[in-house]
Amino acid sequence: MVSYIFRRLLIAIPTILILIVASFFLIHFAPGGPFTSERPLPPAVLANIEARYGLDQPLWKQLWDYLTNIVLHFDFGPSFKFKDRDVNDIIAQGFPISLTYGSLAFLAASIVGIALGVTAAIRHNSWIDYTAVSMGIGAQALPNFIMGPILILVFTLWLGWLPGGGWNGGQWPYLIMPVIALSTSYMGNIARLTRSSMLEVLNSNFIRTARAKGLPTRAVIWRHAMKPTLLPVVSYLGPVFVYVLTGSVFVDMYFSTGGLGQAYVGSALTRDYAVLLGVTILYGTLTVVVNLLTDLAYAWFDPKIRY
Amino acid sequence: MVFGSSQRAAAIADDVTDQIPVRGRSLLKDAQIRFVQNKAAMASVVVLGLIILFVIIGPLFAQWSNEEIDWDRMGNIATEGMPSLANGHYFGLDELGRDLYSRVIQATRTSLLVGLIGALTALIIGTTYGLVAGYTGGRVDSAMMRFVDILLAIPLTLVIILLLVIAGRSFFMLFVSLGAVGWLTMSRIVRAQTLSLKTREFIEAARAAGVSEVTIMIRHILPNLIGVVIVYASLLVPEMILTESFISFLGLGISEPYTSLGKLISEGAGTMAYGTTWQLLYPLFFYVAIIITMFFIGDGLRDALDPKDR
Repeated sequence: MVSYIFRRLLIAIPTILILIVASFFLIHFAPGGPFTSERPLPPAVLANIEARYGLDQPLWKQLWDYLTNIVLHFDFGPSFKFKDRDVNDIIAQGFPISLTYGSLAFLAASIVGIALGVTAAIRHNSWIDYTAVSMGIGAQALPNFIMGPILILVFTLWLGWLPGGGWNGGQWPYLIMPVIALSTSYMGNIARLTRSSMLEVLNSNFIRTARAKGLPTRAVIWRHAMKPTLLPVVSYLGPVFVYVLTGSVFVDMYFSTGGLGQAYVGSALTRDYAVLLGVTILYGTLTVVVNLLTDLAYAWFDPKIRY
Repeated sequence: MVFGSSQRAAAIADDVTDQIPVRGRSLLKDAQIRFVQNKAAMASVVVLGLIILFVIIGPLFAQWSNEEIDWDRMGNIATEGMPSLANGHYFGLDELGRDLYSRVIQATRTSLLVGLIGALTALIIGTTYGLVAGYTGGRVDSAMMRFVDILLAIPLTLVIILLLVIAGRSFFMLFVSLGAVGWLTMSRIVRAQTLSLKTREFIEAARAAGVSEVTIMIRHILPNLIGVVIVYASLLVPEMILTESFISFLGLGISEPYTSLGKLISEGAGTMAYGTTWQLLYPLFFYVAIIITMFFIGDGLRDALDPKDR
């Protein structure tokens, strides 16, 4: 196990470094710097500004400074557009919001999805089963950015039950729609995955044995069927996390939660490269870490895997 | 009486000798039969066909182009811009007073094109990459696949946004960036298939007969990959449409005067508070119809071409 963790880290760390370096170069060679405007700045002013942000240094020096600042101080540098805030401020302000409803959506989808999938498999061909299956199909056609408008249409405009956006310190009426919009799609996917996995497990020999020796159904499900059922679900949690991340970009925008996604899209539209770079790196790194944890959890869960 | 000269014997002999040999069924024919028997998939083909037909001949019935602004009604869209047959705006007006019917046709065409071209780009890159990696094997293979692993570990939608911001938002760039990130899983699937194919006897036979490596790849391995590749590509199409819609929804994708379903949905979602729900519902309907039919067709193709994987 230790050598497996070590080997996985050996892949994960270069991945993050390559991500940082590649995004850095991509952005550096983008046409039109953050300070190009319709009215060209006098050369002296431009030189001053570039010196202020360290853009007059040779490229390798810029990259090196950027890297060391991130690794040693967790410092993503100043924003190019906001004079009084650096990228860290923007992340510190937006990320907790995205994280709050993101993890709620993650939990909701996992718990409801697994419960629905397991129930569907136990009650095979009942209405619960059909609900789970149609949710799985609907999930593919109703991603977050379709769910968002539909939810607002129904709950804000027609019924008037919930506020159509904002954050307000994360009070629950403001949380409901972002969480539902973000979780529905992969709730359906998890339910479908759990259902087919559970069906397969329930047909296997060791379950028949467990039933044959007279165990009550609940014990069969919980003690014997649950663990092998959840294996493919665990390996799906990594993709789900990526989904929540990119989905949160939409939710932040659409529900105006003030989360990090809003800053991200804003920076993409105003070409604030420092923020764009910082958030991309942050999200990329998080993805790599979560994928790593998923793989480790999978290896720990599944005795069949030899590392 | 000579033996076998009776009428009946002759008839029987005719029957036996003149029989048309039973035609064998090829794998493709088999797959076709299985696909046609799949009701959900066939219904989806019909619906998708109707949508494509609508995109092609729909403009003939349009009374307004997608660029014209109906000045008479644009001041009062919520009441006068409603869908109606009388004034020629079958799907109503959009928020700028343009005909939504023509806009939806334009957007559906864009979205379908994005799906097809994106999937095609991903298919070509992914198949070539996976084929070369799998067939070459060894260090080259592990280096190439490690590279794919690294790219797969990055949230790709963010990469597309990054690419679009840097290279400017254009049709071409959108196709390129969608294709550039879509090929990863494809290359993995193709590589795995190639690995199992290249140890088979018929490859060994070809090599023993002196066929060059490149020819083996193209003539002997590639045709055997088609099933897997088609199945995955058909599932890629809706995924591409989804991704493009997501990006366009955020306002980072296609820009005016072009439009796509994601963009129309986004506009409709922005204005629905003023009572113009049709601006959301028409594009939404076409969007959901396309995605669902594409998924059913993909599923049907998988069942047909890869029956063991059910």
